[in-house]
Amino acid sequence: MNIVVCVKYVPDTQAERTFNASDNTTDRVNVDGLLSELDEYAVEEALKIVEAGEGVVTVVTVGPAQASDALKKALQMGADKAVHVIDDAIHGSDALATSLVLAKAIEKVGMPDLVLTGMSSTDGIMGVVPTMLAERLGLPAVTFASDLTVGADSVTARRDGDAASQTIEAALPALVSVTDQINEPRYPSFKGIMAAKKKPVETWGLADLGLSADEVGLDAAWTKVTAFEARPPRQQGTIVKDEGDGGGKLASFLAERKFI
Amino acid sequence: MFELSPDHEEFRALVRDFAEAEIAPHVAEWDRTSHFPADLIPRMGELGMFGLVVPEEFGGTRKAEGAGADEGGGDFTMLCVAIEELGRIDQAIGITLEAGVGLGINPILNYGTPEQKARWLPDLAAGRHLAGFGLTEPEAGSDAGGTTTRATLADGTWTVNGAKSFITNSGTPITSVVTVTARTGTRDNGSPEISAIMIPSRTPGFTVDPPYHKLGWHISDTHGLAFEDCQVPEDHLLGARGKGFAQFLATLDDGRIAIAALATGCVQRMLEEATAYSKQRLAFGKPIGTYQGVSFQVADLAVLAETSRLLTYKAAWLKDEMDAGRRSTQEVKQAASIAKLYTSEAAVTATRIATQVFGGNGFMEEYPVARFYRDAKILEIGEGTSEVQRMLIARGLGLPS
Repeated sequence: MNIVVCVKYVPDTQAERTFNASDNTTDRVNVDGLLSELDEYAVEEALKIVEAGEGVVTVVTVGPAQASDALKKALQMGADKAVHVIDDAIHGSDALATSLVLAKAIEKVGMPDLVLTGMSSTDGIMGVVPTMLAERLGLPAVTFASDLTVGADSVTARRDGDAASQTIEAALPALVSVTDQINEPRYPSFKGIMAAKKKPVETWGLADLGLSADEVGLDAAWTKVTAFEARPPRQQGTIVKDEGDGGGKLASFLAERKFI
Repeated sequence: MFELSPDHEEFRALVRDFAEAEIAPHVAEWDRTSHFPADLIPRMGELGMFGLVVPEEFGGTRKAEGAGADEGGGDFTMLCVAIEELGRIDQAIGITLEAGVGLGINPILNYGTPEQKARWLPDLAAGRHLAGFGLTEPEAGSDAGGTTTRATLADGTWTVNGAKSFITNSGTPITSVVTVTARTGTRDNGSPEISAIMIPSRTPGFTVDPPYHKLGWHISDTHGLAFEDCQVPEDHLLGARGKGFAQFLATLDDGRIAIAALATGCVQRMLEEATAYSKQRLAFGKPIGTYQGVSFQVADLAVLAETSRLLTYKAAWLKDEMDAGRRSTQEVKQAASIAKLYTSEAAVTATRIATQVFGGNGFMEEYPVARFYRDAKILEIGEGTSEVQRMLIARGLGLPS
């Protein structure tokens, strides 16, 4: 089974994150970045599927030069090869354009049996690229899978909602986005770090994918970020002093916020 | 020339990620309850920490001699990087790796028969099992001549009687074997013949005493051991008969450099803790780092961290160069003792300084500097005391002994 995993290089959620003042886009260059933690679950799931049978795991990313770090991490975890789509014109692309670039890249890799993605990035947090990508590739999409079983010609996924869990089956080839409940991503290992150095990484530009600069980027985006401002720092917590009425005060605090 | 290779740094980042996410949240509780996290060891093994100096044929990642540098095998410096990074989060977890490799794996690797290596090393290199080495006795430490544990050979079986003290990793649920030094006879000149014998865990007559009540290193597994008519097959002799103590001495240099790496992790952490605290804690309306009484102490910590790291990795590099046949044993011995002496004393000094910067909070177990303060002292004692190191350094200078 051949699997493509789409991964994203995102600013570290633990570190300081900023926007570019000139065009209101996320600063991906001057910050500490890494493989989006939500994408690690997709990489892990792909590795487990291939290890249980056979096949090739290819990781694909779209992003600036630093995004190669996200590919490297996936290769160190055990993915077989990587594709990095990099082009200055892609800067500022919205979800629609991102899904277009990913679709063209996956077609160029060769249509796999399964496309896996995380459920969302940890920076944009749109969560729409998986379905857009499935639409472009003409694949059935199963989103937010918390369990995945792969058969000979179909996948079965469990989708956990607040009140019920759905079991969904889709014919292969298919696209599945996975949640952070599906597995426990492995750490790379010393062997993995050494092996990754010898694994193939393809670097493609827009022209390699038959795309032109006006189909992507900030100008082609359907939405525009018009302004950004830093959130005010968190207010200090309320301290309730118990003078016999502590329980009542706590209850009314929670009731005001509709927690009870 | 003063930086590690990108491979070393990449492995450092991996160990740091793992230690911060999987170890740091638990160490205060494990320390408080003296809990040895046996489940953690195989996970450290999966990252490759125990196999860095073990050849590939026995489950490790060290390349065969003659493989080019770009083949990317494990080496001793890589092990020191892992020990430093673990030690930065918790010293007792760091010593578990250090002893697991230096005392558990190395003697078997260096002196084991092909059969012994094949039997024990794969599980040890993977972190599935741990091994210990028993030299110290209630009445004998650095003076091996005082060894009273005895082993007698009859009908193809060794019978071991005696006791050992302070044996690291000897009583964990995953300990597979403890190698002990024992008198196996008397030489013509009357001195004892000391040999090393491997005693598998749970061999009848091999008793692991209850854990010690220690000042620090609460998470580390340390026991006294007792042997009462404990019998193992003749082929459990490790190395040549009568060479037990000499073999042990020969593996000590690695251990000293590895302890230096552990001490460096301690100093580094004290620098980080004191720096952050002195920026954040206010006194008289300003961060305490504003005042020279504090800032000078933090500056001293930076000097201790830098010097510790340089001495440690210089010695580790010499050791790898020696293994490649380019440096002499004598050079490594001297560098190992200098690094061990300096860094262990630096660690004790650094924990004292950091505790002082933290003031009253430094005395509270809620802050990690208190744990590091308790953990640091043993660094000046284990694997050769500071006094033994000074003696060895003086001998290395050619002073009469």
